[in-house]
Amino acid sequence: MSTLKTLNGNQTIAEAVRQIDPDVVAAYPITPSTAIVETIAKFRADGLISGEFVCPESEHSAMSVCIGAASAGGRVMTATASQGLALMWEMLYIAAGLRLPIVAAIANRSLSAPINIHGDHSDTMGARDSGWIQIYSEGCQEAYDNFIQAFRIAEHLDVRTPVLVGLDGFIISHSLEVIQVEDDAKVKKFVGEYKPVYPLFDTDRKMTVGPIDFTDYYFEHKRSQIEGIENAPPVIEAVGKEFGKTFGREYGFFEEYRMDDAETCIVVMSSAAGTCKDAIDELRSEGKKIGLLKPRVFRPFPHQKIAEALKKTKAVAVLDRSSSPGAFGAPLFTEIRSALYDYQERPPIVNYVYGLGGRDIMVEHFKDVAQKLEKIAETGKVEEWLGYINLRE
Amino acid sequence: MAKLKDLASMEDRLVAGHGLCLGCGIPLIFKMVLRATEDPLIIANATGCLEVCTTIFPRTSWNVTWIHSAFENAAATIAGVEAMYKSLKRKGRIPKDKKIKFLGVGGDGGTYDIGLQALSGAVERGHDIVYVCYDNNAYANTGGQRSSATPFGASATTSPEGSQSPGKLQWRKDLTKILVAHNIPYAAQSSPHRWQDLYNKAKKAFETEGPAFLNVLCFCPTEWKYDESQGIRLAQLAADTCIWPLYEVESGKYKVNYKPKEKKPVLEWLKPQGRFRHLFKEENAPILEEFQKQVDRDWEELLKLESF
Repeated sequence: MSTLKTLNGNQTIAEAVRQIDPDVVAAYPITPSTAIVETIAKFRADGLISGEFVCPESEHSAMSVCIGAASAGGRVMTATASQGLALMWEMLYIAAGLRLPIVAAIANRSLSAPINIHGDHSDTMGARDSGWIQIYSEGCQEAYDNFIQAFRIAEHLDVRTPVLVGLDGFIISHSLEVIQVEDDAKVKKFVGEYKPVYPLFDTDRKMTVGPIDFTDYYFEHKRSQIEGIENAPPVIEAVGKEFGKTFGREYGFFEEYRMDDAETCIVVMSSAAGTCKDAIDELRSEGKKIGLLKPRVFRPFPHQKIAEALKKTKAVAVLDRSSSPGAFGAPLFTEIRSALYDYQERPPIVNYVYGLGGRDIMVEHFKDVAQKLEKIAETGKVEEWLGYINLRE
Repeated sequence: MAKLKDLASMEDRLVAGHGLCLGCGIPLIFKMVLRATEDPLIIANATGCLEVCTTIFPRTSWNVTWIHSAFENAAATIAGVEAMYKSLKRKGRIPKDKKIKFLGVGGDGGTYDIGLQALSGAVERGHDIVYVCYDNNAYANTGGQRSSATPFGASATTSPEGSQSPGKLQWRKDLTKILVAHNIPYAAQSSPHRWQDLYNKAKKAFETEGPAFLNVLCFCPTEWKYDESQGIRLAQLAADTCIWPLYEVESGKYKVNYKPKEKKPVLEWLKPQGRFRHLFKEENAPILEEFQKQVDRDWEELLKLESF
């Protein structure tokens, strides 16, 4: 039976893990995702899950254990954040290159130095070229829903690509929300039985997995890996629809909020989108024609769909919770600006970096952005293409 | 006791066609180690000579299930395979009567150095795995850089001898004892020149419940720089000089498996190897003396450990 429960982001992930009962969970504790790992350990100790729980000596080994376990032939997940994901970096590429459908929950957190434990997207953005599918969550309910869908996407035979689900560190991982926890059996049925592909446990096949490619084969193998993530969009769409049919909450590549007649638009991901919605409501009540576009899937990037949604607006602000030092804009901005390149009719676009190291972003900050957008829409000109929000300079 | 005739008639699990150097110790070691179990086997191989030379796509020399993922994580990778095995056995998705053995392998680079943490973690967690290190005293795959297993005084490309340096200035890391300190049920040192010793130890390791570690000296004509026909003789000399003692530690109890009737001077092992040639210059006489003293101290300590 579907029930309402008051859970924080970490607990919602752990709850989904209990329901899915992956065959192996290998994870190393790190703030702010520690509680996911602790809760799973306790589930195992209490016999609430029957899969194996491995607590390795580092995140690098955690992902290596995941790779061994997934190659062996079963469903695997992990959870981490920040430095932990950074330490896994080498193995993220290998998980994707070996086409292993591992699922990871990431409580998004800043990267050192300076050391900081709070939420931003530097960690997963740093892994954006690792070959993993990336899905971001606005709140606890979305984190739960995204995590359940992640297994279906990762394991789809046309995709066979690992998926990470981001939930903002502390802001979501540690904030309580009343969420709909679905019926155990229904979740299990939705995720389905795991079907291994070329498992090591088929020992009669005597497979060699992960051999060395020289210049004669590497490129073709990499190309075929890219095909996996290119095949993901229809799968992500179908899984999101089926999730909606089954549980009443449908998901797409992004959410449009009051975009129908919007003249200006703020693009922002994850928890900040919730605050942005409040700002949009207030601005709308003042008669401003502004809307929000909240990307959910960052990899594969739904470039065409986003461009179509934005092309008719008069000005767009892309807010990034990470930076890309020396680049022409932070990650989300560069994607969207590039996506609009092919359109004759396209809005001026501006980038704001916000919230690094967990710095708050409030309704008034979004209102400031809205004001600037209004000016850009009027003049059609972007004077400064990059700005920082709520920063002492 | 296994008979050589029987072992010779077994099917090779590492077959010909690989690109390892002429006179390399690696294939000898693994052909013997892999004969020590007849159960289905899954191997996780660290990046290194063995991995690179046996799996150039689309060919493979492995007649057994094999996986490579990275350099420093063979122990973690095989631990993951073993964890999945336990899980699927419990869930009834692997038949009860199907037994699989799990083997992690790496050179001294992948084991003593970059992979030490993953190995320590895997054996501490008690995975039912065997880990075999082939210790050729250098990063041979990348052209002979120093490792923490490179002997004192050896010239390696990142610890070269020169007018101001007699080669590597540090003593070898004693990895076998580090593994013993993890209180694992079985840890041993062996060498390919005593095939029976190597076979017996590998067999014991595979039969051990829980983690077992085997450190095997692996001669390397390319980086040790000697006549490639002399590998086995050098391995024998390493045991006869007590530079590489053959011993095993079962549940904390030491047993020295080979005690030379007449302990030979270390010079006999050093002399045929080009990597030590500079030690025979007059000014390096103190290095040779220190080498002998340290080997003597280590051997005495090992005998003491055995007598406890």
